[in-house]
Amino acid sequence: MSGHESSYTPNSAFERWLDKRLPIIRFANDTAINFPTPKNLNYWYVFGGILAVCLAVQIITGVILAMHYEASVDGAFASVERIMRDVPYGWLLRNIHANGASMFFFAVYIHMFRGLYYGSYKAPREVLWILGCVIFLLMIATAFLGYMLPWGQMSYHGANVITSLFGAIPLVGESLQTWLLGGPSIGNQTLQRFFSLHYLLPFMIAAVVILHIWALHVPGNNNPTGVEVQDVQKDTVPFHPYYTVKDGFAIAVFLILFAYFVFYAPNALGHADQSIEANPLVTPAHIVPEWYMLPFYAILRAITFDLGPIDAKLLGVIFMFAAIAILFVLPWLDTSKVKSMRYRPVARQFFLGFVAVCFLLGWCGAANPDDAVIKSLQGESSLVVSYTADGALATSTYKGGDEAYEAARAFMESLPATAAPSLEAVPAPTFQFRHLSLILTFMYFGYFIMLFFIGLGEKTKPLPESIHKSVLRAHKPQSVPAE
Amino acid sequence: MKTFRILAISLAGLAFAGLAHAAGGAKHPHEPEGGWPFEGATGEYDLASVQRGYAVYKQVCSSCHSMKLLSYRNLGEKGGPFYDPAYPNPNDNPFVKALAAENEIVSPTPNDAGEYDLRPATPADHFRSPFPNAAAARAANGGALPPDLSVITKARHGGASYVYSLLTGYPDPDMYEERTLEENGETVYQTVIDMAKFEKLGEDMPHHGPAYLIQPAGQYYNPFMAGDTKPNYLGDPRHAPPGGFLAMAPQLTPGRVEYTDGTEATVEQMAHDVAQFLAWAGDPKLQARKEVGLATMVYLAILAILLWFSYKRIWRKVEH
Repeated sequence: MSGHESSYTPNSAFERWLDKRLPIIRFANDTAINFPTPKNLNYWYVFGGILAVCLAVQIITGVILAMHYEASVDGAFASVERIMRDVPYGWLLRNIHANGASMFFFAVYIHMFRGLYYGSYKAPREVLWILGCVIFLLMIATAFLGYMLPWGQMSYHGANVITSLFGAIPLVGESLQTWLLGGPSIGNQTLQRFFSLHYLLPFMIAAVVILHIWALHVPGNNNPTGVEVQDVQKDTVPFHPYYTVKDGFAIAVFLILFAYFVFYAPNALGHADQSIEANPLVTPAHIVPEWYMLPFYAILRAITFDLGPIDAKLLGVIFMFAAIAILFVLPWLDTSKVKSMRYRPVARQFFLGFVAVCFLLGWCGAANPDDAVIKSLQGESSLVVSYTADGALATSTYKGGDEAYEAARAFMESLPATAAPSLEAVPAPTFQFRHLSLILTFMYFGYFIMLFFIGLGEKTKPLPESIHKSVLRAHKPQSVPAE
Repeated sequence: MKTFRILAISLAGLAFAGLAHAAGGAKHPHEPEGGWPFEGATGEYDLASVQRGYAVYKQVCSSCHSMKLLSYRNLGEKGGPFYDPAYPNPNDNPFVKALAAENEIVSPTPNDAGEYDLRPATPADHFRSPFPNAAAARAANGGALPPDLSVITKARHGGASYVYSLLTGYPDPDMYEERTLEENGETVYQTVIDMAKFEKLGEDMPHHGPAYLIQPAGQYYNPFMAGDTKPNYLGDPRHAPPGGFLAMAPQLTPGRVEYTDGTEATVEQMAHDVAQFLAWAGDPKLQARKEVGLATMVYLAILAILLWFSYKRIWRKVEH
């Protein structure tokens, strides 16, 4: 906590000299060495450190990749392959960078769910939470810009879908889209500006990370009980060595998962179409974003109806951005005074449901909206014969197995040649992914609205008196006097 | 209050139930018998097979398909099919030089008179492309563009298995039937395939025939090709066969390629070899990747264990 007294004593003449002019060693000592940290942080709290590692890994590998990458529509695809083939350990750098984006999002989602569960967004940590949301937005932008650079089919057509969203904004949309692309459509100028911005944004993320850590160190860490530190001696331990070693262990385990993807499944998280060079004239059968954007993509596609003057496309865009925007106001949406879900039995159930909703939205984002959610529940398609009778279009429908086909055929043959009959299979109506997406979208927003109402009347469990006491209770059977 | 959770859990359950029934338009590619030697944590390419695969590419595929991202030197690099430890620089490898020189290319750099000569390729040159540009390739192939094969195994779901399945998945030659129809007073010739006799379809095979699929002129049916067969299917559209049509005729016929190592050139063997060659071409650093991967995993595992014991020791007196 920023209030805690500095325990740094300069040991040499140089340190004393420097301490009077730029107390940088004192600062480092107070933030990373002696910083009092609640002693009850569990493994959900290790992802902050893991994310710092992710950012560093992405920046270091990215800077080296940029030395070999060629930002041009004619050379980008081949240059990425050249990095993998001819640059010494280029395959390693590129696999780390491409999979690193996935690992980064994996860690940030756990970090955010942890914040949601333990109420880390509540007073006095609202600014800390908002800065985290800013980082998340910047991460999405960076990932989107970077996905363009290999100039694969999904790069091109994905960017086309996303930039066209801006075109849905009334009045200024079209101009805005042209301004973003640097022209009427995606071209060399778009690739070059995406490359430039992809290089810029990570440093902006790094800057906001510094603010994020600053905002963390003013009120200090939240903890699984949500009870604030009362006695620094009893409730906390110095960050080093207690949390450096714990985070270090977690980082090593995380890197094992990371290495698995880099070395043994480098393309498992990617899409095969990314290995086809971008071709504006051929649109992939299914345009899907990377896995970490799927829930938001599902929300975007869930809205298929107009609402008054707002058409479905714009409404989808509004919902998708609102799904992130709502996080910014969450500290004021949640009315409960109790931070941790451990002591909020009702809200806890909703939280678990919310996590499930996010996963299911991801599943919907990957699926074709017209497909049946449960194929086995969909009945057999019916056969529809379309033909012309007396100058008007008529149809005749047949349901059933092979006999329906025989009947449809017999009917077609009975028609005169002028009727020009044609036969097609129409899928039986069923519960489709578009329906599931819509329900889940409302459940996603419903969670935040429910937090407002639950907080007003929820009966919470009694909170522990202090972090110290909570730790003792948990370990009562084999109790050892704490330090 | 539990309703919400029960609802969510049951939805998740339904989701998995749905996954089990997921099916696509094209038939799912299958591995050759015995699988691929390059799969798994320590799997490597069978270099003899990759060498034979190069012969298949050279003698069959390369007349239409380019491999622009590869150079002849790649064949002699570490992990490549013609690597020789005596020549760490593949440009010096006489065998690779000879393989390159079999191909006549237009020199990428002009001669002293400013003209681009035809000359035998060197190991430093890119693989010879069969056509000077995409328009020429289309013109020679009935409007269809033969895809570049450099990274084809990364660019298709199923990878090498897709290549293998596609090449071996065509109907047998005796299954194509010619029929003539009188349409508006004109005689129309059609090539049709009776799907009820196409046993490779397995469970997708129609129960009783004839269930004809009309093959459009210049197109060939393949159950592993992405596409839609409904408009060309004369049977029940609900049971239209999987797959689609492509402009490549069945290429591999028994004995089409002459193997120098005495292997019998069956269709399956050639498809297996060329698929493995293309897998290597798309991912030539596989061996290095798995070697570094093993060392990294061992290192990280030891590091994690040491950090775990450090953690236990440092926290031993703190109840938490």
